[in-house]
Amino acid sequence: MTLVDLLVRSKEKAAEESLRKSLAAAYDAAAEGSAEEREAYAEKVSGLSADELFGFAGYNEAESERIGYSNYSYWGSTLRMFFKNKGAVFILTVMLMIILFTIIQPHLPNQFDPYAVNFDERYIAARNVSPNGTYWFGTNSIGQDLWARIWAGTRTSLIIGFSVALIDAVVGIVMGVLWGYVRRLDFLFTEIYNVLDNIPQTIILILISYMMSPSVKTLIFACSVTSWIGMARFIRNQILIIRDRDYNLASRCLGTPTRRLIFRNLLPYLVSVIMLRIALSIPSAIGNEVFVTYIGLGLPVTVSSLGSLINEGRKVMTVAALRYQLFFPTIILSIVTISFYIIGNAFSDAADPKNHR
Amino acid sequence: MAKYLTKRLLRSVVTLFIVTCVVFTLMRAMPIEGYFQNYEKLTDAQIQAGLREQGLLDPLPVQLWHFFQGLFRWDFGVSHTYRTNVPVTEILRDKLPVSIRLGCLSILTSMVFGIPIGTMMARHKGRFFDKLGTVFIVFIQAVPAAVYFLLIQLYGTTALGVGLLFDAANPRCWILPVLSMALGNTAYYAMWLRRYMVDESNKDYVTLARAKGVSENAIMFRHIFRNSFVPLVQYIPSSFLNTIIGSIYVESLYSIPGMGGLLVTVIEKSDNNMVQAIVLLYATVGVIGLMLGDILMTVLDPRITLAGKAGDR
Repeated sequence: MTLVDLLVRSKEKAAEESLRKSLAAAYDAAAEGSAEEREAYAEKVSGLSADELFGFAGYNEAESERIGYSNYSYWGSTLRMFFKNKGAVFILTVMLMIILFTIIQPHLPNQFDPYAVNFDERYIAARNVSPNGTYWFGTNSIGQDLWARIWAGTRTSLIIGFSVALIDAVVGIVMGVLWGYVRRLDFLFTEIYNVLDNIPQTIILILISYMMSPSVKTLIFACSVTSWIGMARFIRNQILIIRDRDYNLASRCLGTPTRRLIFRNLLPYLVSVIMLRIALSIPSAIGNEVFVTYIGLGLPVTVSSLGSLINEGRKVMTVAALRYQLFFPTIILSIVTISFYIIGNAFSDAADPKNHR
Repeated sequence: MAKYLTKRLLRSVVTLFIVTCVVFTLMRAMPIEGYFQNYEKLTDAQIQAGLREQGLLDPLPVQLWHFFQGLFRWDFGVSHTYRTNVPVTEILRDKLPVSIRLGCLSILTSMVFGIPIGTMMARHKGRFFDKLGTVFIVFIQAVPAAVYFLLIQLYGTTALGVGLLFDAANPRCWILPVLSMALGNTAYYAMWLRRYMVDESNKDYVTLARAKGVSENAIMFRHIFRNSFVPLVQYIPSSFLNTIIGSIYVESLYSIPGMGGLLVTVIEKSDNNMVQAIVLLYATVGVIGLMLGDILMTVLDPRITLAGKAGDR
């Protein structure tokens, strides 16, 4: 800094000082003057009234609380963000309607039994009847009503999807937390992961369905066995990253119990990604059911599912007039899986606090 | 590197050993009806004799020991119900080439389509082509493969004028199975390539290149593409091998005489020796695929080393 600079700086400082002094003097003069003088001064220097400008600013506890408090709620914001996404809300509505309908459909009047063979007036089985007023989606090759079968099948498939997602979430999160948090278990879990991950999922799926008797439970078990490890691995990686961050170290030093640390510090951080994985495991479980049923290891013939319906439809698809038997279940299946995929993605976007405004 | 590979190889062998033991044990828990073609007509004595002949009455560890002994002599046992008393290896020798050729073709197809789609999507991010590509990816990922495989078979065969069943001599018959098998990987490549390229294009070296006046095309292909392709390379070997496995569905849809279709058949006939051999083969293939992928990545990107420090995660 040169001498000139210093000189200039000190001059500026002096000017500033004198300005401040003159302003303070004007304020004091006005404060001691008459009411009109006060008004005039207040008018000139600010938009406030004279009383406000010259009165004491008292301490209002309620006011200060209001400023320090934000009404941010995580789930509230998540829902608000989700409902802003009109497309996702529409798909969610469709989805909910489908789920609701699978529940109330058997109780509606004029519904056929999905497993009963229907006969026409001459007591001949009503085989391969094209969609009409009586059989809305037609009948299949042995005369069962396709409309009733599709809803029964959707119900089965949804049960499989939701059960697998639930098991995945519970087992995957518990195991993942243990894997990531308890260092001594790391070796064991990593070995299990290596074995499960090295064998193609399809093979495990086929093997389990092959060895256990075909039933809904078997399928749920087979799908869960292959998918929980992916969820656990994912949670474990995330937990490894955040478990020793400063806020967790601080909590630990303050004596927070481990359980509280996991439930309050670690897991809420992962809500968005966990939601996404849960939502995606539903369509993939439904898809697995279709695949395993095709291989011939899925559900017994006495249980209607989207997989078995598609498989039945496939057998007659060479005949153009009978293709409705393939199309109806295919369309329902596609709607269900695409809906879950899109809802899952939209919800996980909404659940990420970085997107909250 | 050599040390790491040896370690990795040994660990893979251990993994395969565990897998084999588990599969073997579980298979022995199956009902015995599957071991005979005409179980209902046999007397108890005949069944016992048959079981003894197949060595199924020995304690489990002994059976396992025999199996591993056979493995070292490249002897997987004989098929019981699929083709009676024909060695498993002989059956597989005929089937394997078909699946490998199908897998090669489909992986090639998926790269030929997937890479340009991903690049174009990254190039036109947020515009029409990107949105179109996203719809394609969502469709392929969300809809079960079973559904679009069927639709491809249904309409493809009519459009191409070929029969529903596969005929190796007719080149047009190869199109649909290959296309069906390639679709999943195409979407996968496109999705990840787009993601990596978009990430990469926000980096400083791209800004520098642009400031230097390098043309957009050169930036895209010479810089961004090469860097974003590395993580994908890791996936190529296992996706190739997964394609061979994923062909289970496609192969049996078109009745292609390959491995995948075979697995379905032998499961239906509960031919345990065959199932065992094929599962072991697939598991081996899976392990090798993951390893090859890691090695390939270090070859392409010298910055990546596999031999991390001890205790390093």
